[in-house]
Amino acid sequence: MSNVPESLKYMKSHEWLRDEGDGTVTIGITEHAQELLGDLVYVDLPDNGDELEAGGECAVLESVKAASDVYSPVNGTITAVNETLVDAPETINESPYEAGWICRIQLSNTGQLDGLLDAAGYLQILEDEDH
Amino acid sequence: MSNKTALYAQHVAAGGKMVDFAGWEMPLHYGSQLNEHHQVRRDAGVFDVSHMTVVDITGSQAQDFLRYLLANDVARLKTRGKALYSCMLNTHGGVIDDLIVYFVAEDFYRMVVNAATREKDLNWIQQQSQSFEVSVSERDDLAMLAIQGPNARQKTQSLLPPGLSQAVADLAVFQATWEDAVAQSHGENPGWFIGRTGYTGEDGLEIMLPQAQAPAFWERLLAAEITPIGLGARDTLRLEAGMNLYGTDMTEATTPAQSGLSWTLMWNENRDFIGRDAILPEKERSEQVLVGLILQGKGIPRGHQSVLIGDPQQPSAHGEITSGTYSPTMKQGIALARIPAKHGAQVWVNIRNRNIPATVVKPPFVRHGKILHSS
Repeated sequence: MSNVPESLKYMKSHEWLRDEGDGTVTIGITEHAQELLGDLVYVDLPDNGDELEAGGECAVLESVKAASDVYSPVNGTITAVNETLVDAPETINESPYEAGWICRIQLSNTGQLDGLLDAAGYLQILEDEDH
Repeated sequence: MSNKTALYAQHVAAGGKMVDFAGWEMPLHYGSQLNEHHQVRRDAGVFDVSHMTVVDITGSQAQDFLRYLLANDVARLKTRGKALYSCMLNTHGGVIDDLIVYFVAEDFYRMVVNAATREKDLNWIQQQSQSFEVSVSERDDLAMLAIQGPNARQKTQSLLPPGLSQAVADLAVFQATWEDAVAQSHGENPGWFIGRTGYTGEDGLEIMLPQAQAPAFWERLLAAEITPIGLGARDTLRLEAGMNLYGTDMTEATTPAQSGLSWTLMWNENRDFIGRDAILPEKERSEQVLVGLILQGKGIPRGHQSVLIGDPQQPSAHGEITSGTYSPTMKQGIALARIPAKHGAQVWVNIRNRNIPATVVKPPFVRHGKILHSS
């Protein structure tokens, strides 16, 4: 079974979110998601200052095989994007939870975090997908 | 119901990610599609292509039949073993399938057709053969391996049955050799049959052999550091090599001229072939052509995306990507696209509502490890 860190929150669509404790969150895709996509070759990142809505598209990842949308788990404003992904999209394959983060978001409503899955909930979804 | 090739256990043991392909459980990759792609461009790799359909056409009218069935002309095959690439057309000139046909003897030709079109191909061939003295037999007793890459032939030679090693060393491009028993028995004997053909733009071999011998041969290839390559890399390799994929780059709704395949048509004076009348108007020129595109901006073109001709704000015409991908060799987006014959040197690809410039080129993009078009 794929690595699912306890400290993160998750979406059914395989994004993870880390609460930075200062009103911002960092998001990326899970190890399981990068395995499904295969070798990543291009990342279409959002711009700093972009306004996001929960469930809206915030980035596009392209593997050799296909393009895949990354959805924002929350409402908020982009405060940083991971520029290293522009030249090294494979960082997401190599380190999906650390060096392969996608963007940081200033939350407009901290209450939204409660609606996300915890590690156990996300693992349950992976198991259900398996069967 | 899903079919497995004779090498299924070997794929799983090699870490293959198995997926359904045309009803077959086939390896998509064995870890990294990109590494597998580079392995074939730089050294040698082996593909299990046993899902493809081998059909033997035997009998006194084998040549007459194939001259009628195929849009290319098997009479061009003067020496035994020579291979020919051809389209098989319907009466409207649409492409039923593309295939390779090998000339084994005057009364024996061997064809390799696509897995996804197996049933309709076999039905069509049977139906068309009714008025000819031929028999059509599917060779589902054979496994098939493609060994491709600059070192493929040299690495494979010493692993072949005695008698075939030297023949493979001397084999010309697009030529096949086989064990004597194959020709003597008109194909009844499922012996080894080896063509210097492939679908990657590199040198290499395609080997048909008895299924029971396939696992041991596969192990010998792996021991010689010819590594397994999945369907994912097969697709990026063929697209870099500018080779069409049936079902996306051509279908029954498109003619050979609209699919970049006019070069495969033989317009002999006295030869009637199925579809000839329908495609005759396109003999000189076609309104639609298949071209190569190299994306100039960031992004990756994908099948069915729209191509804009002229000013992207007010395009004079549109075309469509038929297959697109990231080129691991060129490190940029490449595609085959069907566009109007009048198009200019630069077009635009609409990727997620952004118009990205692309240069029109003549495929292939990459051949024998070399990039053919500067971007």
